[in-house]
Order: sequence, then C-alpha cells, then structure tokens
Amino acid sequence: MHSIPGRRLIMGLFLVFLLLPIYWLVNMSFKTNSEIVSTMTLWPHTPTLQHYQRIFTDESWYSGYINSLQYVILNTIISISVALPAAYAFSRYRFLGDKHLFFWLLSNRMAPAAVYALPFFNLYSAIGLFDTPWAVALAHCIFNVPLAVWILEGFVSGVPREIDETAFLDGYSFPRFFIKILVPLIASGIGVAAFFCFMFSWVELLLARTLTSVHAKPIAAIMTRTVSAAGMDWGLLAAAGVLTIIPGALVIWFVRNYIARGFALGRV
Amino acid sequence: MDKTVNQKAWFLVLPVFLVVAFSAVLPLMTVVNYSMQDTFGNNQFFWNGVGWFKELLDPSTDLGGRFLASLGRNLFFSLVILAIEVPLGIVVALSMPREGWTVAACLVILALPLLIPWNVVGTIWQIFGRPDIGLLGYVLNAMGFDYNYVANEFDAWVTVIVMDVWHWTSLVALLCYAGLKSIPEAYYQAAQIDGASRWAVFKAIQLPKMNRVLLIAVLLRFMDSFMIYTEPFVVTGGGPGNSTTFVSIELVKIALGQFDLGKAAALSLVYNLIILIVCWIFYTVMTNAGVERKVQASSEPAVEPKPSAALKPVPALEPREGVA
Amino acid sequence: MARIDLVDLAHSYGGNDAAPESFALKPVTMTWRQGGAYALLGPSGCGKTTLLNVISGIITPSRGKILFDGKDITPLSTQKRNIAQVFQFPVIYDTMTVGQNLAFPLKNRGVPKAEIDKRVAEIGRLLDLEPYLNRKATRLTADAKQKISLGRGLVRSDVAAVLFDEPLTVIDPELKWQLRSKLKALHRELDLTMIYVTHDQTEALTFADTVVVMHDGRVVQSGPPAELFDKPAHTFVGYFIGSPGMNILPAEVRGREAKIGGHVIALDRSYDNLPSGAKIEIGVRPEFVEVVAPAPGLLAARIERIDDLGRIRFARVRVGNAKLAARAPAGFTSADSSAGLKFDPSHVHVYADSLLVEGAA
Repeated sequence: MHSIPGRRLIMGLFLVFLLLPIYWLVNMSFKTNSEIVSTMTLWPHTPTLQHYQRIFTDESWYSGYINSLQYVILNTIISISVALPAAYAFSRYRFLGDKHLFFWLLSNRMAPAAVYALPFFNLYSAIGLFDTPWAVALAHCIFNVPLAVWILEGFVSGVPREIDETAFLDGYSFPRFFIKILVPLIASGIGVAAFFCFMFSWVELLLARTLTSVHAKPIAAIMTRTVSAAGMDWGLLAAAGVLTIIPGALVIWFVRNYIARGFALGRV
Repeated sequence: MDKTVNQKAWFLVLPVFLVVAFSAVLPLMTVVNYSMQDTFGNNQFFWNGVGWFKELLDPSTDLGGRFLASLGRNLFFSLVILAIEVPLGIVVALSMPREGWTVAACLVILALPLLIPWNVVGTIWQIFGRPDIGLLGYVLNAMGFDYNYVANEFDAWVTVIVMDVWHWTSLVALLCYAGLKSIPEAYYQAAQIDGASRWAVFKAIQLPKMNRVLLIAVLLRFMDSFMIYTEPFVVTGGGPGNSTTFVSIELVKIALGQFDLGKAAALSLVYNLIILIVCWIFYTVMTNAGVERKVQASSEPAVEPKPSAALKPVPALEPREGVA
Repeated sequence: MARIDLVDLAHSYGGNDAAPESFALKPVTMTWRQGGAYALLGPSGCGKTTLLNVISGIITPSRGKILFDGKDITPLSTQKRNIAQVFQFPVIYDTMTVGQNLAFPLKNRGVPKAEIDKRVAEIGRLLDLEPYLNRKATRLTADAKQKISLGRGLVRSDVAAVLFDEPLTVIDPELKWQLRSKLKALHRELDLTMIYVTHDQTEALTFADTVVVMHDGRVVQSGPPAELFDKPAHTFVGYFIGSPGMNILPAEVRGREAKIGGHVIALDRSYDNLPSGAKIEIGVRPEFVEVVAPAPGLLAARIERIDDLGRIRFARVRVGNAKLAARAPAGFTSADSSAGLKFDPSHVHVYADSLLVEGAA
C-alpha cells in the first residue's frame, strides 16, 4: 500500500545512478596519470596513493580544507545565533512590518550569488576583511540566515505557547527562558538548521572564491590549480574532489537517523 | 493561533536585520549606483542614467541580446529540470524501503550529492562525461553515439541537465519522503478497507499530504536552477558557443571578465527583480495555503458548535497494542 | 450481514514461534452474533485493537481461523471481507468533497454511477450529512469527519460488520453523547453487526448489548452489561467495571464461610472443592457492602474518607492493610472514623487464581 510496484528496482537503479559518477572519481583518484590517460579501466590496475600523498604533504593544499571548514563553521554559528531570536519573534508576535520583513529575508535566500560577487568584493576590501574567513562567513549569511530563520520559525511554532506563559509565570526572565527552556525544546530544529547552513556554506564556491585570494582560499578553489603547463593532472584533481566529498559524507552519516524528520523542516 | 501584537519583538529581529542588511543592502546599493554609470576602467565613472536598462531590454543591442538569450535558456533549463526532478523525486520517495537498515543506507546515499561542493559536482561530471577518460562518455561512444559535450550543443545540454538531475533530485525525494512519513497508518488501512487501488491511494492520500512539501521543493528547485552558475560553468564553461550560458554565467562574464560594472549592475538588478517577483508569487501561494488551513475551523458554523475540535492537531497514533 | 466465528485465533507480532506468554492476542474461540452490538473493552495494550485488526484483515493472525457465516475468510484481504472500520482519528480524503468521500469505496469497486448516487444520497440522509455533500471534507469538524468515515463503511450494501476503534477519542464530550446515540439508532435501523473497541466502560456499557472484556491478550468475560456487573468472571472484570471497582480481599474459604484475618463472613453458597494451592480471594462490589456503626460480629474498619457521588455515597475504608470501598447509607456519620462492615452474602463471590468459582447451592 505504501510503496509502488518495482520499488526495489527503481531505488536500486537510482542509487546506482547516484553512485556511479562518484565511484568513477574515487576510482580515478587511485590511478596513476598514465593509467588514466592511456586505458579505460573499471578499477585501478596499478593502485597508487601518490595523489593523496601530494595533497597531504603540500601545505597549500591541506590548508585549503582548514580554510573551508573555518568559514563554514563560523557561518553556521553566526546564522543560528542571530536567527534564533528572530524565529521566536516571527513565530510568536505581530509587529510593525513583520510580514514584509519576513518576505524580504526570504527573498535574500533567492538572490543570485553572481549579483553580489562584485559588490561584496568591494565592500570587504574596503573594511579590510578581504581574504579572511570572516568575509566568506558573513557573505554566506545572505542565504543562510533567511533559511535558518525560516526553518527555526517552523520548529518554534511547534512548541505550544503555554510553555512560554508557564515559564514567565514561574518567574523566568526572557533570556533565561530562551536558553534554559526554548533552546532545548527545539534542539532538533537547531540541528536541522545547522545542517542546512553547513550544507549550503560548504557547497557554495562563487562567493568563497571571489572573497579570498591566498590566506583563506577554500579547498574547492585550490583544485583549479591542477591545470598546469604539462596538461591536466587528472589524478590529483580526482583525489582532491574525493577529499571534498568526505566532510559532507561524515555529516550525513552522523545525522542519518534525523534526515527524514529534518527534511520535514518542522512544518509538514 | 492569534499572535499578540508586540513592537518590542523588533529587538529580537534586530540582529538578523543588521546581519542581512550588512550583507545584502549595502552591496545592493553599490549595485544600484553602478547600474547608472559607465566606466572606462581606472575607476572613472560617468553618469549613464537608465541607459543600461534600456539596452538590457532591447534585443537588438549586444547587451540586451545576450541577456534575453541567456534568460530564455535559463527559463527553459529550469522548466526541463523541474519536469524531470519533481516526478522522479516523487517516484524515488515512494520507492523508499519501509524499515530496517536499508532506510538509513538509502537516505545517506540520497543525501550525498547534496553535500558535494558545486564545483566538484561539475568536476565529477566533467570527468564522467569525457569520451577519453570518463565512463559515461566512453560507453556512449563505444555504443556508437557520437557524444561529446564540448563540441556538440545538444550533448552539452543533456550533460548539464543530467548533472542537475543527479545533483538535486534527492532534495525533492527527501522532502517528499518526509511528507509521506507524516501520513498516519490509519489512512492506508482505511484505503485498504475502501478497496482503493494503488493509484487511488496515491491520488487520494499521498499526493494531497505531500503538496506542501512539493510546493517547497518546486520553489527551491526553481530558484536554485534559475541562479545556477558553478556546475555548468565547470563542465561546459557556458559553451559550446553560448549554448549553455545561463544568466549568472553571462553576468559574471560581463562583471569579472570584461569589468563592465555598469552593465553588470543593471543586469543584476533586472535579474534580481525577476527572481523577486517569482518568489513573491510563490510566497503568496504558500501563505494562502496556510490561511486556508486556519479558515477550515470557522467555515462551518452549522455543524461546528466547537471550532476547537477541528483545530485539535491529530496526535501521533498510539503505539499498536502488543508491539511496545 | 454475517455471524463471525473466531476459531482458536491467536496473534503474535513476533511470529508464531514466539513464547505463548508474549502473544498480543492469546488463543480465543468465540462467536459474534449477526446483528449484535458488541463492545470490546479493556485497558490500553490488552490486545483489543489487535483483535479488531485481525477481524478486519489488516493483520493476518499467526494462528487460527475467522469464519464469516461459516465461510473461512482468514486468507482474504481486507478489501474482500466487506468490513467497515472507523478509526480513532478521522480518516478522510482531503481533496474530495463529502459526497466524493462517501462514493469512494463504491467507485473503487466499479459500481455504476446511478447506483453510487443513490447510495450516497441515502447514507448522507441517514447520517445527517446531506447539507454538506458538496463541500470539501477537510473543512468539517472531527465528529462530522467520523461520520464520513462511518458512512464510507455503510455505503456498501454488502457490509458484513462495522468495526469501531475508539472512534470518539477526538470528539468533544457533548458531541460524543450525540454521536453515540446516532450509532445506537443506526444499529437498530440497519441490523448490522457492530464491534466497538474502547477503554471507557461508560461508552461500552451504554453502546453494547454484549460487552467483551479483554485483559492481557485474553478475553476474560463476554456477556450483557448486567452480568459483568453482577457476576464478574475474573477479578479483573470486577475491578475494571464499576466505579469504584469491586473489592477484592484475600480470604480463607471453607464451606459457607470466608475468613478474613480471623473474622468470618457468611457466604450464600457452599465452596468445598476449591483447588488446593490456588490463591483464594473473595470479591464484593462496594454497592453490596454497607458501613455501619461498629458492632460485635461485624468486620471492623477505619474510615479514611467519604465520597459523595450525589445519588450514592461511598466510604473509603481500611481493614488491616486492605483498602475497600463501601456504601454509606443516608445519614451515616462516624465520629471517630471507626466502623463495621456489613456484607450482602448473595453478592459475595469467590475467586481461585482470579477466576470465579461457582459455589454449590
């Protein structure tokens, strides 16, 4: 009744479709460049770790990972902490211009990164944040803060208002109520919002690349350096690609039991 | 639920307002400023009024032609991927296993493409589709198809679309799955008793229960595909020719490639405006759907002495006896 | 229209090989009369919903058979059983109007349009849903929605039995009463077998002509409400039905006497062959125990409080460590909270290992 005939086949085919390109990347990352270019092999016939070795021994490579994680985590923290009180306000109160403000926030989630790339560059250069993780973290707020507000608003609305009232009657001050009662109640919602912030900040590149040059350059941007005078270093490119997939895969693995509830965004 | 009016709530919203204003309003003002000017480099600007906007909407000019062409391509692209990803996502959600470790396994694999940096998504498909070193390109050519996304416009389009389907169908599927999970078991049992066919169950129960998440899915997918930049840029660089040059790619070309700030700014504003309008339409539709729910309670005075009964949320079903 | 027979029916969610004690539904053989109004009563987790789902075919039993009018239908799917079921929470198809909801089961079975319209109009009238037939079903209240769920079952002319799974849970109290009366009226009018699952004894006793009490996966007694009240077959029935429930006291029983802590209570019947080693208890409803002023020959008790239920007052008393309820006659007061208990011998029952023992005259 729940599912459709042939569902195993459909699911199987779709999963293969998802995994095959990734497998190909992994496969290539373990091949030597000569094997990649000369023959078509379904698995590495002369497996090698040379590409990974190069990445892990070259500081300019692995610092890219650290740079990326820095701004992603920074952005997640900023987004969640400013979005929480706002989500509460939107969920509980009516105030002057609330609907317009909410729409304006959401509309920023829809703003193309390409539009902002250049003005951001000017802005952050002017205030001396250019090429720091802060620049990227703040820039990513433009789409992550609205998203976080929107997701958290759904979860806060799921908390009965009586709980607020009881807490205030019990003499809780607003900040204490917020931290001691509300935050634990919507912990799963905060997890969901953090997951989405992490996700969108981690995968975005246009802004991250535009706002950094040397010190804060994200790993995904460093990958483009594999084009050299000697042609394309495919193996190195593949290995770097595989390494960028791993943090995301780890995050998914940790939240796997919450994915279904998370994607309901608290409002189904 | 009636919200209380409280202007002090503004203090709670203030941090968000400041952060977003800083990262959205300031840059946007720069854009508006640029859009009225022209530059010959060296930071020398000349007042150009609404000139760029006129050019932008006139297909006979270079700027307008490029903009409108990329806009058309982008709309077509968005419609195609929506037409594929939404039904496919629903089918995949319906194909999810019901319980056991396979559920978690499927969810993890489904979510995987969503967390791959966008340029790496591009790289993966760039490699995968190459006739010399990519499995897909190699197999297609071995089967006799003359497939080459670098040289052939049609092949480039197919590659970009398949890549987007690969990248984002999971989002639709996961949203739908979340919607399906919220349907109480009793609905399926009742349908069974009513003798409903599989198709009738889908139409009468599953689709209506999914329509909210589907709306979210369509909104997100439309917007994101309309802003798409990184993935096609990595794979095709907008080519061959201009065949896969979408609006964002065109914009970056003008802004960072030619450093034509005035034109780029004007294009940005129009581009943003289009997205804003579509976004507003969706938002209105979604809010109305929400209002409709609330109206249910009071619309039926004759049989409803107690509107509260209808509003009562259906709690989770009591665990089946004997199982717990 | 059908008589339903359960033959050695049992179910375990852990499969047939699970330990007998873990069965959600322990082996039961019983008959549900055509046209009877049954209530399946018991606390949460006693197996009543399992039994209901086995009858409707949502669950295939691990063991045993179900017969409709003597025909074995155990392997048949729910669709083919001609069962109607109303669930705890209203199930309605959101996108359809009330009329379309009612027509849904007929449409699925390929009934001709004219016939569908006729039946829908008829059921709409029967359930007072006529004014709403063309409205969206989502906009109705919970009780109207439950009527629609019921209507979807009744609309089929061949329906064998209607099953209710705690259908009034989400209904407001005053509407509960209305809806229950409606169900009774329908039962009289349509001559249908109805099985009504509930954990609320008032609901069970007012709805049903036969109440089936379940406890821990077992059917412990089945009979008319008065019988359950007067002669509980199991101490659980005595305790579960009636408010306050039956007083159960451990006792030594010999012949026509029951001894509680040295005090002797007379019995109406003689119990000579009680199984040895069994736990022997006597049970008596509070209605048949009276608190009076302490006197020699009466069981001495200490009054803890007196509850006034309007027409009747019950005293909560303590005898040693046992707590009892007893009727307090009009005008009874006690200055120092000491009292004597007077038992009505014809209503004192004897239980061995919780099961009623019939005494000899």
